[in-house]
Amino acid sequence: MGSYSTVREASTSIKRHRLAAGVGLVVLSLVLAACGTDGAQDSLSPASERARNVDGLFTFTLIIAAVVFVLVQGAIIYTAIKFRRKKGEEPRPVKQIHGNTRLEIAWTIAPALILAGLAVPTVQTIFENAEDPVNAVEITVTGHQWWWEFDYPDLGVVTANEMHIPVGQDIALTLRADSGDVIHSFWVPRLSGKRDLVPGHENTLTISADQPGLYLGQCAEFCGLSHANMRLRVYAHEPADFDAWVQSQLAAAAIPPAGDESLRAEGWELFLGRGCAACHAIDGTEAAGGGLNPGPNLTHFAMRDTFAGALYDREPANLSAWLANPSDLKSMEPDLNRGMPNLGLTDEEITALVAFLQGLN
Amino acid sequence: MATIVEAPPVSPPASEPTGGIWAWVTTVDHKKIGIMYGISAMAFFILGGIEALVIRLQLAVPDGVIVNEDVYNQLFTMHGTTMVFLFVMPVAAAFGNYFMPIMIGARDVAFPRLNALSYWTFLAGGIFISSSFFLGGFPDGAWVGYSPLSTQSEVIRMDFWALGLLILGVASLLGAVNFITTIFTMRAPGMTLFRMPVFVWMQLVVAFLLAFSLPLVTVGLFQVILDRNFGTLFYDAATGGDPVLWQHLFWLFGHPEVYILILPAMGIVSEVLPTFSRKPLFGYQFVVFAGAAIGFLGFGVWAHHMFTAGLGPVAETAFGLMTMTIAVPTGIKIFNWVGTMWGGNISFTTPMLFAVGFVAMFTIGGLSGVTHAIVPADAQQHDSYYVVAHFHYVLFGGAVFGIFSGVYYWFGKVFGRMLDETLGKWHFWLMLIGFNLTFAPMHLLGLNGMPRRIATYGDGLGWNYWNFIATVGSFIIALSILAFLVNAVRSYRRGRPAGPDPWDGRTLEWSTSSPPAEYNFAEVPVVEAIDDFWYKKYGEDEDHLPVRLETNPLDPSALESDEEHHVHLPSPSYYPIMLALGIVTLAYGFLWIPIGFAVMAIGLVIMLLAIFGWALEDIDHPMGDADHNGGDHQGEGHDDGGGDDAAAEPIGALTESDGGE
Repeated sequence: MGSYSTVREASTSIKRHRLAAGVGLVVLSLVLAACGTDGAQDSLSPASERARNVDGLFTFTLIIAAVVFVLVQGAIIYTAIKFRRKKGEEPRPVKQIHGNTRLEIAWTIAPALILAGLAVPTVQTIFENAEDPVNAVEITVTGHQWWWEFDYPDLGVVTANEMHIPVGQDIALTLRADSGDVIHSFWVPRLSGKRDLVPGHENTLTISADQPGLYLGQCAEFCGLSHANMRLRVYAHEPADFDAWVQSQLAAAAIPPAGDESLRAEGWELFLGRGCAACHAIDGTEAAGGGLNPGPNLTHFAMRDTFAGALYDREPANLSAWLANPSDLKSMEPDLNRGMPNLGLTDEEITALVAFLQGLN
Repeated sequence: MATIVEAPPVSPPASEPTGGIWAWVTTVDHKKIGIMYGISAMAFFILGGIEALVIRLQLAVPDGVIVNEDVYNQLFTMHGTTMVFLFVMPVAAAFGNYFMPIMIGARDVAFPRLNALSYWTFLAGGIFISSSFFLGGFPDGAWVGYSPLSTQSEVIRMDFWALGLLILGVASLLGAVNFITTIFTMRAPGMTLFRMPVFVWMQLVVAFLLAFSLPLVTVGLFQVILDRNFGTLFYDAATGGDPVLWQHLFWLFGHPEVYILILPAMGIVSEVLPTFSRKPLFGYQFVVFAGAAIGFLGFGVWAHHMFTAGLGPVAETAFGLMTMTIAVPTGIKIFNWVGTMWGGNISFTTPMLFAVGFVAMFTIGGLSGVTHAIVPADAQQHDSYYVVAHFHYVLFGGAVFGIFSGVYYWFGKVFGRMLDETLGKWHFWLMLIGFNLTFAPMHLLGLNGMPRRIATYGDGLGWNYWNFIATVGSFIIALSILAFLVNAVRSYRRGRPAGPDPWDGRTLEWSTSSPPAEYNFAEVPVVEAIDDFWYKKYGEDEDHLPVRLETNPLDPSALESDEEHHVHLPSPSYYPIMLALGIVTLAYGFLWIPIGFAVMAIGLVIMLLAIFGWALEDIDHPMGDADHNGGDHQGEGHDDGGGDDAAAEPIGALTESDGGE
């Protein structure tokens, strides 16, 4: 190379530089185009102390990894270019070096030291994040195929798919799944790493949120047919707003009074008559079910934004389509008691039921 | 497998039975078995690749509608199962079968019929699992088959999966026992353990990993089958069963399995880099020990696949630190590979490009592996696309690049004709670009919160862009594979003749003809050094630079003037394929109990007949002559202090070891 290069070689080298620059531009534009995205489920925008601990640790690791990456890839590329046989050159004899013990010792010890440096903060963070929550709101999370049940035992509130929490306070989650169900994993990336819900086990996880807002999550352990559709939302509120939400959940269900002849009352009759109450509880009514209902609790259904595993917005059109045939909107196995069956409702019945459900404030 | 290609015509050895398909069906020749392993594995690779393309099409845009959830779940389950058990593992077996005996100077493996049984059982198992497509659908419980999901579904898909893996496990165990015995007892005179090519070392480590890890998952698979079919409750939490038990059993196998997949590729790269750098492998002993260390440590890190299962901080700390230690031997390997290239005279042929690509891409997978050992961070990464990115950098950027390095390196030896270099380079560059476009973005997708194994994702989560790029990349990979297939078919027909030693190689396989005679070596080589063949070709001048010697080190079989050699070889046998047929018939019957009992009975009868026939088979070849002079070179140029007694054993009289089957 260098001083011996002919004009022709120089021109190919310019071409190569242009090519390299081109590739660099393409890569850069690819990366830039990806920026500025919506990240409500992004682990890289942590919104709690524990999630920030994890993110900081990851960033620290990433920086070290990046240095190692550059050094190793640089060594590979440098070696490949420096010692390559040029075009048309005959094979040249080279010294048959079998190794170098000092080098071996050096590149055994160096990575070991780096790893020891990583191990210290790792172990620290493991134990920090495993610390018991203080003065926490307790929520029992039950994973079902394919929706989430959130039970606030101290507050007497039961809801589905949408968890409400106060900001600035530890939330102690007890994670479980029924014995006939399968393993799920609770993951709201901005608030915490994930943890599994295993039949026969009770796992715990502490989460929290710094700022009010909506944080998205979903099931992270493959749980069968509709795994992709088992999503969840966490709404973080200022403490006062959270208390208000709890009060609203403790209010009596909005059931049409006896003698009412409205569409909603018709829907309530259908709810009781067409078997809805066999799976869905409405607390404080004859559809209370004693906590044994296999489907989501609907007591304050109309106060939720979404339904069906936080998959669809709670809008009349979506609800109508759902009631017409749930499996059209979300793959389920109702024959095997996993998901909602098609109840064969008429359009009039659906209209009445939607009116009733939308009134469950 | 009617499409199996015949090897190009070479002067057929006298002991060759009838030609055509039966020669392949009944063969016990390790080279033919190796070719069959390779071609079958490639067929499964294409199958698994098509599954991957459909997956990528589905995920190209949010709310994809190419397939529904049910089909999607089947596709990713089979993609993983196929690539792991039906492509990477058998391809390693293909290289091991074909080259391990030649590289240690043996004429076949220790148990040739068992070797055939191993192949046919693998093929039967692969066809068995894949046939589920026509019999109710592919398995759909992910390749890890977590309980209780795997025991929950009442359709037989997961029975196909569990039984199929058991059958494949039998094939792998047989192969492992065979390889261990061969490497320990059948090395040429002077081929001490520490003169063995690193490829052979890695095959040895893998054989031990298989032998010790497969029994663990076998226990688990039996439990799954019993739970599913006979009402046992191993994994039923309602009666005190524990779903987490499966995870322990599976990953106790599954993590060593990762090294089962990558070590053969590391072995290949450790052969290719020295050849094209024209230097010995840097730090041979360190590379060997690092490989063995990875194998040992691999048994102590299984729970890092379970960091979200709630093991508690103490167990998490222990397994996190243990996982970090694996980076040390892995680093040693990478540094030694770079050291091998350093100061060399590197020719960037296609096999070399793939080998260097392996080192570069595997390094990325290794680094992301270290981030998994950071337990709190792993709680974010686990079961997300970050993990998908990581293991594809290890298994695609690693294993698959290594495998293709081996294919380009040894194609000429196996088929007598070289793969085309121009198409080969197209293949490499397309694959490198496609691979990085597909899998690099998945790191980001995972960190951005995208879980794996989801059939669809919603709009507005910031995942659309990289998913689309990944899909584009996957089709570039497909294009590169197309270039390879065209290359393989064209070069097989009219590629440049390879000759015995096209790359100026260093190890024994380059001293024989291409393809080697059925008996591999007319004269059993006597080994005096690591890279023995190189030092038979090159001496040293006063500057310690290699100088070509006048002598001809080639085996007589590689010379034009070679005459027929009377080397005793084991007889062909149709009992191995018969036994494999019996096993798979038994499995099919099991799926439809009680109607299937009749089918199971037929399977058992076939198995019994095959076992008796096998046991009573005349082990002397009816057509060959019982010439036991294979050991007549024993003593010539005797090993001067290799210190390994086994290596000094005469070989060649295969009947002795064959009789011990």
